[in-house]
Amino acid sequence: MLDVCAMSKSFGGLKAVSEASLTVSEGNIVSLIGPNGAGKTTLFALISGFLKPDSGAVTFNDAGITGQRPHQICHQGLVRTFQVVQPFAGLTVRENIAVGAHTRIAGRAAALAAAGEIAQLVGMGTQLDQSAGALTIAGRKRLELARALATGPRLLLLDEVMAGLNATEIADLVTVVRKIRDSGVTIFLIEHVMQAVMSLSDYTYVLNHGAMIAEGQPSQVTKDPNVIEAYLGHGAAKRLLEMEAGADA
Amino acid sequence: MEFLGLDLPSYSWQTVLGSAISGVFLGSIYALVALGLTLIYGVLHIINFAHGALLMLAMYAVFFLWKLLGLDPYLAMLIVVPGAYIFGYGLQRGVIGKASHGRDEIILLVTLGVSIVIENAALFFFSASERSVLVPYDLDGIDLGVTYAVYPELIALGGSLLITFALWLFMSLTDTGKAIRAVAKERQGARLVGINVDHIFAVTFGIGTACVAAAASLLVPTYAVHPQIGYLFVLIAFTVVVLGGMGSFIGALVGGFLIGVTEQLGRLYLGESMGVITISVIFILVLLFRPTGLFGQRSG
Amino acid sequence: MTKRERILGWAFIVCVLALAPLFITSNRWIDFLELTLFVAVLGQGWNVLGGYGGQYSFGHAVFFGTGAYIQALLQYKLGWSPWLTLWFAISGTTAVAAMIGYLSFRYGLRGSYFALITLAFAEAFHVVSRSWSSFTEGGQGVQLTLNQDPALALATFQFSFGGPFMKAYGFYYTILAILMISYAATWWMEHSRFGAQLVAVRENEDAAEALGVNAFLVKMRAICLSAAITASGGVYYVQKFLFVEPGIAYGTAKSVEALFAPIIGGLGTVLGPLIGSFFIHGVGEIAKEAIHGVFGDRPGVDLILFGIILVLILAFAPRGLVGILERVWIRLKARGDA
Repeated sequence: MLDVCAMSKSFGGLKAVSEASLTVSEGNIVSLIGPNGAGKTTLFALISGFLKPDSGAVTFNDAGITGQRPHQICHQGLVRTFQVVQPFAGLTVRENIAVGAHTRIAGRAAALAAAGEIAQLVGMGTQLDQSAGALTIAGRKRLELARALATGPRLLLLDEVMAGLNATEIADLVTVVRKIRDSGVTIFLIEHVMQAVMSLSDYTYVLNHGAMIAEGQPSQVTKDPNVIEAYLGHGAAKRLLEMEAGADA
Repeated sequence: MEFLGLDLPSYSWQTVLGSAISGVFLGSIYALVALGLTLIYGVLHIINFAHGALLMLAMYAVFFLWKLLGLDPYLAMLIVVPGAYIFGYGLQRGVIGKASHGRDEIILLVTLGVSIVIENAALFFFSASERSVLVPYDLDGIDLGVTYAVYPELIALGGSLLITFALWLFMSLTDTGKAIRAVAKERQGARLVGINVDHIFAVTFGIGTACVAAAASLLVPTYAVHPQIGYLFVLIAFTVVVLGGMGSFIGALVGGFLIGVTEQLGRLYLGESMGVITISVIFILVLLFRPTGLFGQRSG
Repeated sequence: MTKRERILGWAFIVCVLALAPLFITSNRWIDFLELTLFVAVLGQGWNVLGGYGGQYSFGHAVFFGTGAYIQALLQYKLGWSPWLTLWFAISGTTAVAAMIGYLSFRYGLRGSYFALITLAFAEAFHVVSRSWSSFTEGGQGVQLTLNQDPALALATFQFSFGGPFMKAYGFYYTILAILMISYAATWWMEHSRFGAQLVAVRENEDAAEALGVNAFLVKMRAICLSAAITASGGVYYVQKFLFVEPGIAYGTAKSVEALFAPIIGGLGTVLGPLIGSFFIHGVGEIAKEAIHGVFGDRPGVDLILFGIILVLILAFAPRGLVGILERVWIRLKARGDA
């Protein structure tokens, strides 16, 4: 469904994303992990049209979308959420979601009604008339998700939607995300919360210093020495193996 | 002569050079006015719409010091500049900072509101009539061959360059200057190392107002004072700042000279009224195609 | 507020405004009402772009002045009927808005930069209208011929020599009609998809883009609607005063008037500009009476007051008078229920 081919982007002298490639198949939940500063959000921005790549291409549903504007890409069915949540603070929750709904619904009343349904889906039914600016961080994350969902996407790019949530909230949101996938939306998510990554993902990509260093099933990827080194530092993989060998002996 | 399809009058190179030189003198004042504006933008990241009104207020202060106390306008600087600093400090700390809640769009409107209050208060108290200062030396000067430079112009040029240099020294060498530069670069970080950001904002605004007061002192011998004069200079000051680059001292200087020369040459070739429109056109073009200006660091 | 309360509120306002002339005989107060409604129209024009769209224009006079000049010049130079020229005035100004909007939004100008460029355009138009005398009659302005034939009053859109009713109330009902049309348009916009998208762009342009909103197109439509409403104020002005010159058309006075009313009344609300206009003109009248006794007639008093009120509202009541009234209404209702 989504094909990213050798995407690169530099800012001044810094290479933020370097020849990154990945594929997301329809109906899957795919995750993108990697240490802080690896370039994950930059990659999302490149895919969704907020940044223009220096080189590389993105194909969505067999159509090239490289260089298109975000709203154009959204209309084709690819929507992203933001890591730093961006609610429409002066509007109510319902009005926020309705903006997303308006992508496919023209009438105001119909859009507001659809917003209500989406809110129920993500568990915000009781907060519909609250001001978005007054929500907690968990609420804002859900709102971000609800808004994106309201556009009727085929592929949803979720950027650290679990960040800042406690264990219960994470468990709830994992259920919601699974429900969304089951309703026919493909999901591609950036995540640090390993619990979510392991329980949700069908496939995982690992990015470090802008380059893909591993891909595969989540359980395999987390055992990959390159991945361990990326997170824990040089030589960590070797030390871990020694520790395990010592524990067995 | 032909230029871009327009039939322009022909002048000797002496006339053109003379015009350009008077543009440099004019530009030095523009640069000084713009200096305060660019400093305020660089640190507070706001475009101070009250800048013109403050210039006008300072000019009135200089005028009244001359009228009531017989104080020479240039000497009046010694009183008006510190006074302006205090006024600017208080204005930022007490009114603008308080009313804006830190939001950029609101700051814009608040400075506009302040400028309206100041301009109309001046209109109310001083009426719309023009006031002029007469100094004994305003027609004496030096003969440069291609043009005659009167003393006020020379003093204006010298004064502007001196003040710019002094300000640059202040910013580089003093602790306050360094604090100001810190806040300009990284507001949160400055707060974290214990700098009182609100105080620094007010200090910056005060310095910007003081610069404008210095410019007022240099302007009064040549320009008549009336409530609208701030508005005239403000658009030019904005153009200089945008052209030179927001937050850049060098930009303010270079921009000021460029605009001054362009305006004088525009007047020479296109007629008196075309001076202002040349500036508006330059302004629009720079905003569209190079909003960071020649030396600016930030955009949009 | 419930829907029923809203409809009643609207009906009340419309009735009061429509029937007011029957109870007011003094010319001075009719003039006062006309001026208030006129500024309320300009204010609504600004409100569409600034209040709903979040793009603050400091040079809105450019739309008022262009509308006024087109209305005046087509009559003056070509002798067309004012009922025909008004269409050109509104559409011509909308075209100017499209140009300014295209240049500004295409190059991503926001916030202070947008305010500055609108200021620059207003100033540029001011200077051009003063210098291009062959086209605009320059500094002396355009003076339209006064029609003194009562039979032609309606045809020439000039009511000063019409029948007694027309003479007294013709222009009042003109500006009232313009107000009702432009306010209805604004109300429609607020409740449409366009309105929802415009407000989203105001709140957070990037998030709106991510949700499929074409921010550039939305802002373009907003500036065009804004210009059309403001231009209709220009049309009224020309027909009433039969004179326009560069200072009146493009001077800062109109730009400032256009933004006072909506900010004080309530940004992003339909009634904000109307309430704001009534408030500031009411306060202005009181101030003038008070000052007259002490200082005599001096210019600038009302503007000092408006500026202070503006800063106070921004500091303490950013949602304007509408926000204050809403809070009062809620409190009253709560007390009524308890």
